[in-house]
Amino acid sequence: MANAILSVTNLETSYGPILAIRGVSFTVAEGSIVTILGANGAGKTTILKTVSGVMDPQKGTVDFAGREIQRMDPDRIMRLGLSHVPEGREVFPFLTVKDNLNMGAFIRRDTEGIARDLEMVYGYFPVLKERADQRAGQLSGGEQQMLAISRALMSRPKMMLLDEPSLGLSPKLVRDIFEIILRINRERGVSVLLVEQNANMALKTADYGYVLEVGRVVMEDSCARLLEKDDIKEFYLGMKSTSIRGTRRWKKKKTWR
Amino acid sequence: MLGTVLQLLLNGLAVGCIYGLVALGFVLIYKATELVNFAQGDLMMLGAFTCYMFTVWYGIGYWPAFALSVAIIGLFGAALDRIILRRVIGQPQFAAVMLTIGLGAMFRSFASMAWGSEIYTLPTPFSAQQSLVAGVSVSHEYLSIIAGTVILCAVLYAFFTHTKLGVAMQAASQNQLAAYYMGIPVKLVFSLIWAISAGVAAIAGVLLAPVSLIDTNLGFIGLKAFAAAVLGGFGSIPGALAGGLTIGLIELFSGAYLPEGFKDVAAYVVLLIVLVLRPQGMFGTVGRKRV
Repeated sequence: MANAILSVTNLETSYGPILAIRGVSFTVAEGSIVTILGANGAGKTTILKTVSGVMDPQKGTVDFAGREIQRMDPDRIMRLGLSHVPEGREVFPFLTVKDNLNMGAFIRRDTEGIARDLEMVYGYFPVLKERADQRAGQLSGGEQQMLAISRALMSRPKMMLLDEPSLGLSPKLVRDIFEIILRINRERGVSVLLVEQNANMALKTADYGYVLEVGRVVMEDSCARLLEKDDIKEFYLGMKSTSIRGTRRWKKKKTWR
Repeated sequence: MLGTVLQLLLNGLAVGCIYGLVALGFVLIYKATELVNFAQGDLMMLGAFTCYMFTVWYGIGYWPAFALSVAIIGLFGAALDRIILRRVIGQPQFAAVMLTIGLGAMFRSFASMAWGSEIYTLPTPFSAQQSLVAGVSVSHEYLSIIAGTVILCAVLYAFFTHTKLGVAMQAASQNQLAAYYMGIPVKLVFSLIWAISAGVAAIAGVLLAPVSLIDTNLGFIGLKAFAAAVLGGFGSIPGALAGGLTIGLIELFSGAYLPEGFKDVAAYVVLLIVLVLRPQGMFGTVGRKRV
């Protein structure tokens, strides 16, 4: 594996007395897309929030580009080149699309570079250029997601954390967004940590995947191999296995083999 | 007759500008931190006293005293946020309400200890001067309030829409979490918003001082300004100014044309009517934070 840009070791984070992630370790190789799969409440969003500094871990370390960043303030982590696209998009509803994008470049001083990158994201998402002077709150859900991704891109991050980019979007739009994520990764070398319920899209886009259950990593492998595993097929991709066991699903235990 | 109406109009606008400026302070802080600062009027009082102190006691001249007092009260506002009020964010609203009311009382007693409970007049370059415009005598003190407000609003508008820091302040007010994700130092931005609000209150105090005399109860204007902010739809900046002007005009005209005693309640009667007909206020929107 190439150099790890992000490595998380034995991370434990809790909401009050409730431990949401229980000793999770994973790495993201530089320039790769890594996905974390898991059901509702498995702790995926909590991992991203802990990495980007919105939540503080009880234990464990987060190493980003050679620095320990656990318990740093989120704005400082962001300045190191780690950009978080939160679940539910979280655009600034009363600012124009253009101002939203400019806020993405808040930490930068190079006016020309910002203007170039603005054109770059308009190139990825032409609809944002059409709506540049509209308030972000008036955009559709899909457009807001495009805006959130673009806004994160405007800081020229080394790495992006994407939390459920497909949430509430039509299948066509989901394909478009994932295609752009792949392009951003390949063309600009931005590493991506992707958290997704749409396991099918996530596994087809990412290079490497981790499966999370109730706060623990239960399986990891390259996405090509994960796609072949029976448990993944059955529980995450919703494919029925053809054997007799498939009809007796309630008896089957996940074995993670 | 026409002369009286124009006179009332001018004075009403001037008083309304003061209400509007104080209301603006309420709204800025509320939009950013969801906290209602009931000490806003008392910050205004402190601003007026500080300016008086520098002008009369230390004799440094009106304009330097003006600038210095606005800077001092602005810094004081930022310190208030940083040291005291940041700690109650996330606590029940009542805690913050009680805290700011208490702070207001402390400011008043501090003022009477530091400057005494006499009533002062602030000498200004505009004092006791007037021009005759179209047969109406226009006092420069009132004119200075209106001009000061217009200039201040223009500056603030330009700042909030055309500078990066200003837009970042809007962004942090609209979505604090996302602002963090953009690398905006949200805590610092909130302290700056407090500084601006307190500075605006100080400006209002200094502008008001020549027409209203300075005493420790000057801050009770904050109550009417609060009504102005509610009238405009709490959370709307143009609404705060419009609400202030409305209340100022109503007050002056009802004082002149309605029976004795209406002057002080007329504004609240109008507030009541507006809230019945349009509960979100004149400029308010429903579902402010999320669209």
